[in-house]
Amino acid sequence: MQLSQRHEEYWRKNLVVTAILLGIWFIATFVVGWNARALNDITFLGFPLGFYMSAQGSLIIYVAIIGVYALYMKKLDKEYDVDEGDMG
Amino acid sequence: MSTFSQKAFNQQLKKTYTWYVGGFLVFLVLLAIAEQMGLPKVWIGYVFLFATVALYAGIGIMSRTAEVSEYYVAGRRVPALFNGMATGADWMSAASFIGMAGTLFLSGYDGLAFVMGWTGGYCLVALFLAPYLRKFGQFTIPDFLGARYGGNIVRTIGIIAAIICSFVYVVAQIYGVGLITSRFTGLEFGIGVFVGLGGILVCSMLGGMKAVTWTQVAQYIILIIAYMTPVVWLGIKHTGIPVPQIAYGVTLQKVGELEKKINADPKELEVRKIYKDKADAANAALKDPAKAYADGKAKLEQNVSSLKAANAPADQVTAAEKALAAYPKDEAAAKGQWTKEKGLTARAAPVRPHADPFPGKDEAARDLARLNFLGIVFCMMFGTAALPHILMRYYTTPSVQEARVSVFWSLFFIFLLYFTAPCLAVLAKYDMFRNLVGSSFASLPGWAAAWAQVDPSLLSISDINKDGIVQWAEVVIGGDLIVLATPEIAGLPYVVSGLVAAGGLAAALSTADGLLLTIANALSHDLYYKMIDPEASTTKRVTISKVLLVVVAICAAWVTSLKPGDILFLVGAAFSLAASAFFPPLVMGVFWKRANKWGAIIGMSAGLAVCLYYMLRTYPFFTNMGVPKMDLWFGLNPISAGVFGLPIGLLTIFVVSLLTPAPDKETQELVEHVRYPNLKAA
Repeated sequence: MQLSQRHEEYWRKNLVVTAILLGIWFIATFVVGWNARALNDITFLGFPLGFYMSAQGSLIIYVAIIGVYALYMKKLDKEYDVDEGDMG
Repeated sequence: MSTFSQKAFNQQLKKTYTWYVGGFLVFLVLLAIAEQMGLPKVWIGYVFLFATVALYAGIGIMSRTAEVSEYYVAGRRVPALFNGMATGADWMSAASFIGMAGTLFLSGYDGLAFVMGWTGGYCLVALFLAPYLRKFGQFTIPDFLGARYGGNIVRTIGIIAAIICSFVYVVAQIYGVGLITSRFTGLEFGIGVFVGLGGILVCSMLGGMKAVTWTQVAQYIILIIAYMTPVVWLGIKHTGIPVPQIAYGVTLQKVGELEKKINADPKELEVRKIYKDKADAANAALKDPAKAYADGKAKLEQNVSSLKAANAPADQVTAAEKALAAYPKDEAAAKGQWTKEKGLTARAAPVRPHADPFPGKDEAARDLARLNFLGIVFCMMFGTAALPHILMRYYTTPSVQEARVSVFWSLFFIFLLYFTAPCLAVLAKYDMFRNLVGSSFASLPGWAAAWAQVDPSLLSISDINKDGIVQWAEVVIGGDLIVLATPEIAGLPYVVSGLVAAGGLAAALSTADGLLLTIANALSHDLYYKMIDPEASTTKRVTISKVLLVVVAICAAWVTSLKPGDILFLVGAAFSLAASAFFPPLVMGVFWKRANKWGAIIGMSAGLAVCLYYMLRTYPFFTNMGVPKMDLWFGLNPISAGVFGLPIGLLTIFVVSLLTPAPDKETQELVEHVRYPNLKAA
């Protein structure tokens, strides 16, 4: 079937949000991991920050990334009329 | 289906599992009371083993089915929350439950690579795969590859890759099952494997994905209660609040102070010097073993004769004779002993600060450690997003949106355990620094005395400098000890130890369930139904799947009984292989319409081949068998082979697809179809 302009736009927006969240994921994982030694000089909640991020902080960010994605896409589906209706 | 109401079903589920949790807690309380009244420990072990396995089998019998969509994808009606719990149990294996905290205890910050890798991978699942696979809506992962790229070659490579990584992983699980049952009930390793396997088979054979799903939800509940109980208790003991996960920063600081104290303690230095001297002597001896052997023997013999000649007291003479008798029989034996003693160098080193990332003697060594840390994170993450038994779970939700939400719940439930493991490691270390170090050998803490006697590979303490006091350098700990012994360290009744064992068993069984199902489905659905006999009736397909399940389980148990070495490497290898073979074609299949059949065929083969090649040429297990050894690329360990396999897979698909004709219109429409949850004509 021929995709409408709205459809193309939906997919573009999906790609944008995916890219942004992936960027955050990359920072929380590899930028934080790369700089763990330096981060450890900062204290956060009684933890050295580098340790805290790898043991807890980045994990919380991961959970948030997925939550934000699910909520955003739900809205986007509705907005562009590609949602699945009420599945109960 | 028309009379089926998802809403009523969800409510029914919530009610059932609330009752289940209540029932389980009552069961625990009753057992605790029975323990106080004198029920022997070994009985508690048996009750836990048989009650939980019977429970899982019972759920299997209640969910028995012969319908195709029920058997393969649980009727696609598993709500997000419950699919999240099931994925959590599917995901967390014996390695997560028992091994993780131990690894963190032993390697401090560097162990966090697994914590990050095994959680962050779910971001990739959520963003790149789960919603699209759900929209595609077939039964297996090779299904998607077959439909997207067309033809049986891609499907076949998919089947092979799915079987390799799932099989490697399932062997590790069955090993865990045998270990736990034999430790807590005293049954033999083989019988333990048999009992556990029986439970798995009854469950997954009767009800396929449907039974496995509901069992995994039950297993998740048991394993999380089992993991949290002792940690909360230990947390109250050391931090004063019942949520130690947010408060152990202070404990970590105290651990840091105690580490400094230990590193400066003269008695510790004395013990470490003894190790160093031994290691140095061994090193020197190994340079000229023949001479060293003769010299050593001569010296002991001379000692005996000179004592005798000087009419020394009898006990001195006996001691000297004993030393002579204990001397290695020949040069080869002596060499073996020296090689072992050479390894003591490691124990001569000061304690590594727990929170310190990438320790090393100089900047170059630290950089290399960092590179390997990130390499493991990379492979674990992309492997997570490519393991078929996990991806398959997202076929079972009622809708695309539910699949997205379901990844959120999956990671949330996994997060609960993974953010607790580093906390447990720190609390356990603190407890040992405080209560074990400095205690006298005559009055060791109860748990230490007990475990040192039960299993020296998990805990051995020997008075190296003969001062009667425990120094940290004299304690050798096996990682698995941390989780297994925490209830006793925290001073909890034995029923909690039984609970922890039941939790570990739940973790291993649930993962094994999912993996066996993946393998059996790849063979029955993808190989038999899609390629050999597309006319097969639904009953025949399900029956064949059930038979295959038993065959695969028996093969896996047989391989396990051979006890193939390093579990952690096996698991790591499975992740690297999955990342290299599956991630590129799955993601490019959704995000790049131009990706075509030849790209996928050559890309998957190239990714797999590079990954396998790197492991074969660098991992000692293979190089010792005669495979010519080669240097590490950029110093990356063989476990991280996916770092090379995955980009090569992506690049190959890209290049080869551009060199060959674009996929046909039908395929392009399939891609459009999976990109929109509900594609209506405008």
